[in-house]
Amino acid sequence: MLLDLAAPDFPWIALSVAIPLFAALIAALSSALAPVVAMIAALLCLGAALWTAVLVTTHGAQEVAVGAWPPPLGIVLRADGLAVAMLITAGLVSIAAFAFARQAFSARTQTPETRSAYSFWPLGLCVLAGVNAAFVSNDLFNLYVALELTTIAAAALVAMSGSRAAFEAAIRYLMFALLGSLFYLLGVVLTYSTHGVLDIRLLAISAESGPSTIAAAALMSAGLMTKMALFPLHAWLPPAHSAAPAPASALLSALVVKPPFVILLRIWFEAMPELVTPTLAQAFGALGACGVLLGSILAMRQERLKLVVAYSTVAQLGYLVLVFPLAGGGGAQQPWAAGAWTGAIFLTLSHALAKGAMFLAAGAFVEARGNDRLDSLVGLAREMPISCFAFGLAAVSLMGLPPSGGFTGKYLLLTSSFASGQWWWGIVLVVGGLLSAVYLFGPLSLMFAREPALAVTPVSRARQSIALLLGLLSILLGLFSEAPYRLLQVDRPGAAAEGFT
Amino acid sequence: MNGSIPFALCGAVLVGIGLYGVMAHDHLLRRLIAFNVTGSGVFLLFGSLSALSSGGATGAVPQALIITGIVVAVASTAFVLALVVRLKEEDVDAPAPGAFEGSSEHDDHAP
Amino acid sequence: MTRALPLLVLSTSLIPACLIFFLAEKSARMRTVINLSGAIAKLALVAIMLEGVRSGATYEFRHTLLPGLELVLRVDPLALLFLTLSAFLWFLTTIYAIAYFHNGKDLSRFFGFFSLCVAATTGIALSGSFVTFFIFYELLTLATWPLVIHNGDQASISAGRRYLVYTMCGSALLLAAIVWLESLVGPIEFARRNALAGLDEWTLRLAFALLVAGLAVKAAMVPLHGWLPNAMVAPAPVSALLHAVAVVKAGAFGIVRVIYDVYGVALVDGIGVGLPLAVMASLTIVYGSLRALQQNDIKRRLAYSTVSQVSYIVLGASLFGPYATIGGLAHLVHQGLMKITLFFCAGSLAKQIGVTRIDQLDGVAHRMPLTMSAFSIAALGMIGIPPIAGFISKWYLGFGAVQAGQAWVLLVLAASSLLNAAYLLPLLARAWLRSSPEPTSEKRNPESDRWLIWPPLITAAAALAAGVFAGFVYSPLSWATLIISETYTP
Repeated sequence: MLLDLAAPDFPWIALSVAIPLFAALIAALSSALAPVVAMIAALLCLGAALWTAVLVTTHGAQEVAVGAWPPPLGIVLRADGLAVAMLITAGLVSIAAFAFARQAFSARTQTPETRSAYSFWPLGLCVLAGVNAAFVSNDLFNLYVALELTTIAAAALVAMSGSRAAFEAAIRYLMFALLGSLFYLLGVVLTYSTHGVLDIRLLAISAESGPSTIAAAALMSAGLMTKMALFPLHAWLPPAHSAAPAPASALLSALVVKPPFVILLRIWFEAMPELVTPTLAQAFGALGACGVLLGSILAMRQERLKLVVAYSTVAQLGYLVLVFPLAGGGGAQQPWAAGAWTGAIFLTLSHALAKGAMFLAAGAFVEARGNDRLDSLVGLAREMPISCFAFGLAAVSLMGLPPSGGFTGKYLLLTSSFASGQWWWGIVLVVGGLLSAVYLFGPLSLMFAREPALAVTPVSRARQSIALLLGLLSILLGLFSEAPYRLLQVDRPGAAAEGFT
Repeated sequence: MNGSIPFALCGAVLVGIGLYGVMAHDHLLRRLIAFNVTGSGVFLLFGSLSALSSGGATGAVPQALIITGIVVAVASTAFVLALVVRLKEEDVDAPAPGAFEGSSEHDDHAP
Repeated sequence: MTRALPLLVLSTSLIPACLIFFLAEKSARMRTVINLSGAIAKLALVAIMLEGVRSGATYEFRHTLLPGLELVLRVDPLALLFLTLSAFLWFLTTIYAIAYFHNGKDLSRFFGFFSLCVAATTGIALSGSFVTFFIFYELLTLATWPLVIHNGDQASISAGRRYLVYTMCGSALLLAAIVWLESLVGPIEFARRNALAGLDEWTLRLAFALLVAGLAVKAAMVPLHGWLPNAMVAPAPVSALLHAVAVVKAGAFGIVRVIYDVYGVALVDGIGVGLPLAVMASLTIVYGSLRALQQNDIKRRLAYSTVSQVSYIVLGASLFGPYATIGGLAHLVHQGLMKITLFFCAGSLAKQIGVTRIDQLDGVAHRMPLTMSAFSIAALGMIGIPPIAGFISKWYLGFGAVQAGQAWVLLVLAASSLLNAAYLLPLLARAWLRSSPEPTSEKRNPESDRWLIWPPLITAAAALAAGVFAGFVYSPLSWATLIISETYTP
């Protein structure tokens, strides 16, 4: 039996999309079953992802043609190291978010006012299905569908709390996202009409740099940058991510912004590496740097914890696109290859885990104090040490302090920046780390303060521990980074190591 | 082959009109309609360009993709409409200053 | 066994830290048991390794972070010098802290971070590669911050903020410099010397300046010392640990590592950065002493004294004579023993009889004779009165300076000793020679808590013994000689 499952043609990859979709259906039909079904589905997704990771490390990248139709007509799902790493992270974060949401959104605790709360479960599962589909799809149009599925479910999560602010944030989010989708789709159309293929690997063979290819790549990138809230298209993110209830915020900030970045990587590194000129790479880097600086400065000026955490996402996403100018930097002196590319993915993974932990911790604080104003955090280090610790661990990873996944990523990017003589990106990384220390140690200091004493509603230790575990994982990612590093190298694109030449 | 060029041009014009509409209007419904106009333009462009490049007839792949795209567009439109209606209801329940237009105005200002 | 030992010695404080965090606030007995068993286990492991290393063994643990980038824990003589100091003083500080915080609040958190802080110090001592060093160096920053702000009042929080601003900026410089060098030559391990040979001189100089600036923040060298006097708001055991073992020593130790194991004496000499560093250290020594003179608060005076004293270590390392370096390394231990004694005593004075200012010291020695005896031994040692440990350090430093052709250092040492006397002797004079303004008929003996008395007595005795028995094979001086004989006789 086990042998059968291990056979290369068993569609393990398809499971990570099919399970959550199917579970979403059940969850939509029965609100009583929803929490259990969601948890089982997330666990199964993680299991499938882990098993795929084993297959990928032993046998190389895995491919499944859904329904046995070959491309270009059929849909091919493909798991390389990058995809599997993202699948595992998505599984972990969703398990944590679902576990935390269990009490808040279960059928038993429903009152007429919160009747919409059960919609969290099908929506959360749709988000999981959407991001998983985006990670394993290899076809530009499939990616569009996956992005749309994710966006719509995510926007519904934003609107879930039913307040006016939430509706406005959701509509604003959708306006940006739909515009982004249109740009992306236009790019896909141009690509198809130029090359007649949509499969990323087939494109890599056939693509040559003509004006329509360049226009197509530019349109797709603009669309994706809108969806990942890269500066200057970030304005929708903070209100949307802070308006949602905590477990939904965790899914949004940790997962939903990641597929656009992964697709951006795939388009430029796998499909069209020869299109990237040094100017373009520097321009990407400049947008990222602006995002880091602006996001951090705005994060410092917020008075609500969830907004601080949301603006920090804007800043952290800025680091990721530094991969474009830094890719291929200084390969010769380092014993590892593809430093900048791997580093950016390490930052992506650790940001997902840390941001998930941070929003869940913030959720616990909101439940305890009744609001998320920063001055309500006073004294929590004594009353809720577990959540504070979780927040602290996540902060360590976001600041890029060792030993954490954030540090490993930052170290790799920094090495590339110095080795390739682009010290200015190194300064951005270092200064960004210091700025994040400013806006994250602020809330932490308040937790340690003793005056004035505030009322507290107890939150169970078990639920607080969920955020702690997630935060701990973001630390362990840095301490045991060799295995993830090796996984990410499976079938990595050539441009990741050599850079754009 | 030449028969699809007018369609492609039409598609491009629709995309242009739609994008202008998205940028120019504050009203949520107008924006939404503009989105749909752009979407239609993109699909028309898709069909005609692929016909151009494959020599006359539109292949199976673009057809399948366009239909999928239309379904996605319909779904998103319905969802945005639902949200807009809920927002409107909120305003009726508890009228805020500037009611409907006021809310969409918010969209154009970064915080 | 040789592989596991470094990891074991690290886990003797890391595991207690993790366990204590999860203990309920009221299980004080359990906390004490875990703390002390960790500390004793660490002492035992250190004793085993001391014997092994003296007979030429090295212990090494490697864990791969990335291909070619490894977390290396390596026990060499220099590592063991710092490790022994921290293990010994952790044990005593734990005892002292348990007594000091009797019935205090948030103690699980306190002792958790306290153990984490010691684990970080252990890691710094054992680091065998630059990245390992940085990992533990940052862990130290993070673990100390909650200790500094333990009281949770406004003064502590703002002192904590100041501490973070200084140390995080220092770490940023350090990280930039480490990554810069490693981007040129690949990951740097301390045991592989001459890794940097062949680099451009100005690159080396600039990187050296960045490294030293980053490390000098923790070593509290002027003008980067601003956080240290403010951090005095922390509880006494924290101050004791901060000043004697953990933070300032980590900075000084790092500078020694950079000079001896990253650059190598020859290279540092070749690019001519030793003299500027020696001058900076000298300025710190004099400036710290001058500022100490102006303080009326006992802990603040001791804090400025730390600013001054820690730079002896840097001074010794930057003069490049074997004798000067031996003096500096021995001072790493000597200063730790003497300074922790002074802080233990200052803490006891504040806690038992509420004395925090120098003008309150009149006649205190008659009320707390044991405490003040320990204080006096340590203070005289700081001044450099033979045969206490401080004298040995200063003697070797002076001798080494002359040998290295830097006779001007003698002036610095002489001035510093005079200043030390000027800011410490008045305390002793007040305590012993003046009579107490109020009648000394106290209901309660202020020295009744023996767990607050024994730790300073032991450390004072150790400071005395380190001077008297300086020739003994395990004395700090002999150990420093062992370290240096490896460097100078390759």
